[in-house]
Amino acid sequence: MVEMRLRDALREALREELIRDPLVFLMGEDIGAYGGSYTVTKGLLEEFGEERVRDTPIAESGIIGAGIGAAMAGLRPMVEMMTINFSFLALDQIVNSAAKLHYMSNGQINVPLVIRMASGGGSQLAATHSHSLEGLYAHFPGLKVVCPSNPADAKGLLKRAFRDDNTVIFIEHTSIYGIKGEVPDDPDFLVEFGKANILREGTDVTIVGYSGSVHQAIRAADMLKEQEDIDAEVIDLRTLRPLDMETVIASVKKTNRAVIVEDDWKFGGFAGELSAQIMEQAFDWLDAPVARVSGKDVPMPYNRNLEFAALPSEEDIVDAVTGMFRE
Amino acid sequence: MAIEIAMPQMGADMTEGTVVKWLKQVGDTVTRGEIIAEIETDKATVELEAFESGVLKRLVAAEGDTVPVGDPIAILGEADEVVPGDGPSRVAATPPRRVVDRTAEPVAATPMRDGVTASAGPSLTPGGRIRISPVARRIANEAKFDVSRLTGSGPDGRILRRDVEEAIRAGVAAVAAPVAAQPAAELRPLPPPRASVAAPAAAGPVEALSRMRQAIARRMTLSKQTQPHYYLTLDIDMTAAMAFREQINATANEEQRVSVNDLIVKACALALARHPKFNAEFTEAGLKLHDQVNIDIGIALDDGLIAPAILNCAEKTLGHIAADAKDLIARAKTGHLRANEYSEGTFTITNLGAYGVESLIGIINPPQAAILGVGSVMPQAVVRDGQIVARQVMKVALSADHRVTDGAEGARFIKEIQGLLENPASLAL
Repeated sequence: MVEMRLRDALREALREELIRDPLVFLMGEDIGAYGGSYTVTKGLLEEFGEERVRDTPIAESGIIGAGIGAAMAGLRPMVEMMTINFSFLALDQIVNSAAKLHYMSNGQINVPLVIRMASGGGSQLAATHSHSLEGLYAHFPGLKVVCPSNPADAKGLLKRAFRDDNTVIFIEHTSIYGIKGEVPDDPDFLVEFGKANILREGTDVTIVGYSGSVHQAIRAADMLKEQEDIDAEVIDLRTLRPLDMETVIASVKKTNRAVIVEDDWKFGGFAGELSAQIMEQAFDWLDAPVARVSGKDVPMPYNRNLEFAALPSEEDIVDAVTGMFRE
Repeated sequence: MAIEIAMPQMGADMTEGTVVKWLKQVGDTVTRGEIIAEIETDKATVELEAFESGVLKRLVAAEGDTVPVGDPIAILGEADEVVPGDGPSRVAATPPRRVVDRTAEPVAATPMRDGVTASAGPSLTPGGRIRISPVARRIANEAKFDVSRLTGSGPDGRILRRDVEEAIRAGVAAVAAPVAAQPAAELRPLPPPRASVAAPAAAGPVEALSRMRQAIARRMTLSKQTQPHYYLTLDIDMTAAMAFREQINATANEEQRVSVNDLIVKACALALARHPKFNAEFTEAGLKLHDQVNIDIGIALDDGLIAPAILNCAEKTLGHIAADAKDLIARAKTGHLRANEYSEGTFTITNLGAYGVESLIGIINPPQAAILGVGSVMPQAVVRDGQIVARQVMKVALSADHRVTDGAEGARFIKEIQGLLENPASLAL
């Protein structure tokens, strides 16, 4: 085990996969000479050369299209979208080609493409560059959606993504690139898709999150224990597709309450999907309506204070939980 | 077209009723407003009016059947109409009705009056459903535990898992240890665990609660738990009112003879018209001011009490009120009240003057905003113009919901009643 930052763990995963499989190659804007906008790919161009680490023009639809073509032809590409906000330009390629080809070709064609995207607000990048689109991508059948919360999972899930025969949307929250954690150095270390992680056991309420929200959930659980003597169970979903409802439902049946935390907007967001599934599968175990703690229903403000107010906070989670207990 | 006559909701906490007697039979013509049956509820036997005209085609409920609120009890139709299920063996051929399950929540209530829904009951929603979480309901159903008397500790009074589990524990313990002389514990929706530690030494028989007793317990507990009361008392000099009454009764016929309580009802009706917030109901959405003044009068019965309303008091003369009160008391004692008489009251007067009680501080009759407690008219030594004189004095106490009004408003209201009774000529109008 080695302690490293989440961005370093991602780089380790890419390195190991480039070494392991000669079919793997990387494409994206500024991923080579510049080392990646979030320095995830720093040093890989020097180590693996221009053939396997390719800088591309600013043409998202074209890059994803090239990645899909390469994957159809048998390669194992990874395309970096720089940030999730730019993926809107490639949405047709992702939704209409990557997600559909396997189905529409009756299984004759696979698109084993990994698309990495940095996601989330909190950095004063304003309304157009602060999206959280995990739920949007989870909406489309045919895509897998991965959102790690810590360095070890980031490495294990990214390596696992390269071994999947389907397109994997791999989403990295910008606020957690710098967090540190112990990461296994075993080159065969993988984290399976569709297996949620119970990060903290509790008896009174289940707090479900993914990606950056998981850290808020854990801090909120500490506050709840300290201030209210409420024992919260915290679940990190790790992947939204496939979704591990088994773990969530088992937890809700134990605690009788659920709070879902995500940065995305509440209206039509993934938390609504999860909430509906909890009600469908555990209605008779609920002691309170499922609560959602989500981003406010506005385009992300640029102003620092307003941006902070627009994003969910630990206090919002504590309030949602205590509201279930009080008269 | 066939019309279903459903078991009506007569009172906020009614979940079922028993058909005591059919006053119309199959084939009879019924006109709107006609009394067609007698229905027994928790509180009394009431007459059921037809809301539509037609021919009674089928009796779904037989006499003696207990039916959940909202379920059909009869079918009305045109004279030559054939209604489904019509046939020679009418009552017997009816489809099996739902068995009344006391552990289940009550059926969604029918709106009570002009769109206002039944308000209260422990943990009741405005629609009359019990507010209970799914897990709490499941646990209660599995334990066959009646949640209708529980008060929830969750948001908006929702019954939560912990409430049901505590109540089941307490309930099981209470049954296990015969309770000794602690009726209060039985009425409490959530008996504290210590209730079960009763000394079995003084154990006596546990008397089952009548339905009226249960209803009184439920409503009085609801009132004290949800309506913050404040109390104002004062003395009213009734000397002039007593003389006024004597004057009227000297010539009035038997039906219109006026009681002291009738004078108080008339005074309250006039005062309520000028102080509408005491003729109101607190709801989360806002204050509901009633446009009619319907004054409930508390009537003691052998096995409890009931407070039916003299409807539309503000529009009635003193003589009309006196006649209505006599009729109401007579029918209450024989259990023949109409539904609106005990579901549409907007203010209550409770009077134990006849029992020689000096003063009475009442519990508000939910969801009303106030109640007036009245004691005996007694000769007392009073200081008037520096002289001690004998006057006829009556103590009254206003109990009012502090969510609706404040003390100073209460003071103005009760002073208004005092002024009207001390200058009784205005009551004659």
